Amino acid sequence: MTVQAMENVLNIFIKSIFIDNMIFAYFLGMCSYLAVSKTVKTAVGLGIAVTFVLLITVPVNYLIDTYLLKKGALAWLGKGLADIDLSFLSFMIFIAVIATMVQIVEMIIEKFSPALYNSLGIFLPLIAVNCAILGASLFMQEREYEGIAEVTAFALGSGLGWFLAIVSLAAIREKLRYSNVPGPLKGLGITFILTGLMAIAFMGLMGIKL
Amino acid sequence: MNKIDKEPIFSAKNLKLVTSPIGKSNPITVQVLGICSALAVTVKLKPALVMALSVTIVVAVSNVVISALRSYIPDRIRIIVQLVVIATMVIIVDQLLKAYAFDVSKQLSVFVGLIITNCIIMGRLEAFALSNKPWQSFLDGLGNGAGYGVILIVVAFFRELLGSGTILGYPVIQKLGLYSAGYENNGMMILPPMALILLGLIIWFQRSRDKSLIEHK
Repeated sequence: MTVQAMENVLNIFIKSIFIDNMIFAYFLGMCSYLAVSKTVKTAVGLGIAVTFVLLITVPVNYLIDTYLLKKGALAWLGKGLADIDLSFLSFMIFIAVIATMVQIVEMIIEKFSPALYNSLGIFLPLIAVNCAILGASLFMQEREYEGIAEVTAFALGSGLGWFLAIVSLAAIREKLRYSNVPGPLKGLGITFILTGLMAIAFMGLMGIKL
Repeated sequence: MNKIDKEPIFSAKNLKLVTSPIGKSNPITVQVLGICSALAVTVKLKPALVMALSVTIVVAVSNVVISALRSYIPDRIRIIVQLVVIATMVIIVDQLLKAYAFDVSKQLSVFVGLIITNCIIMGRLEAFALSNKPWQSFLDGLGNGAGYGVILIVVAFFRELLGSGTILGYPVIQKLGLYSAGYENNGMMILPPMALILLGLIIWFQRSRDKSLIEHK
């Protein structure tokens, strides 16, 4: 791998954590972000699970997209198949891959690390319908990352960005319990405004480039 | 034929299925569902309208399909069946958008695909369509789609008006002559954080009007 390619990979990694943050820039995975951010402990559990599933599903979806679905992707099977374009199937295939991978990951963790399974247990199945997971696969397809290294860096970065966002929101919400919030704003309302303010803070990192 | 079958098509109970998700049990502001794909498309009014329409169609039609199949779907694999029905509907909507409204489809980018994981749709299929008749499910889908759409359109209206000074591309502020009076667009409105803050304010407004929605904790 050349130095330039390494730099590119690192750039994508940093960019997907801080600038193209799944939550602050694209609002992906909001449902579980709002529901599970009441305490830091559960937030950490869900954050790790999301990062883990992203790290597996996005590269798998990338391989499927490159070698099966894209226009001309089937060329390796023979000349006659070279101009087949199956990309309209990608939604269906991606969601199936995600649901299957989540199931497999769940079984593997249960077998080899019961302690981790017990702490992630409830969150793992929920992740199959977390928009951040499907969103990352669709972004991967749209932004046309080149090569498995870039895709993996993007997946890991997005996961860590999501982790960072949910854990910091949970920490703030734990403190918020002792403050006097106006009645109608309690709960959901103040959480949205908080997330907005955090997003403004994150915008200060825009333009970071290595 | 039992008594329920003879219920008129637009009975008060059925109408309530449509109206209640628009206000009191709004999927976004009260049930906290479907925020994922809601906010990113609200910079301009036009993509927000298209998104609202797409979600309404998908939720209404998949509600009908699941409700019609509800006694044939084995309980254990119902989530996969639901995902397949939703994904099929989303693919159809996506292909239609690409064919007839290509520029809007480009603006919506991945968010059309993300309708699949929109919690409103899964939530309505699980909570309503699996235990109700097709017509009621259709109305419920329409109502929830509209409730989602209303929030999307309100947020998009303010963001486009204050951020770009236009409504549906029509330069309102310029025609009113406010620029020559020293008015400037608020560039902040176009950026993602303001969508969250606006939604927070909408929730604040709704809950001050209707005290029963306030969370006590």
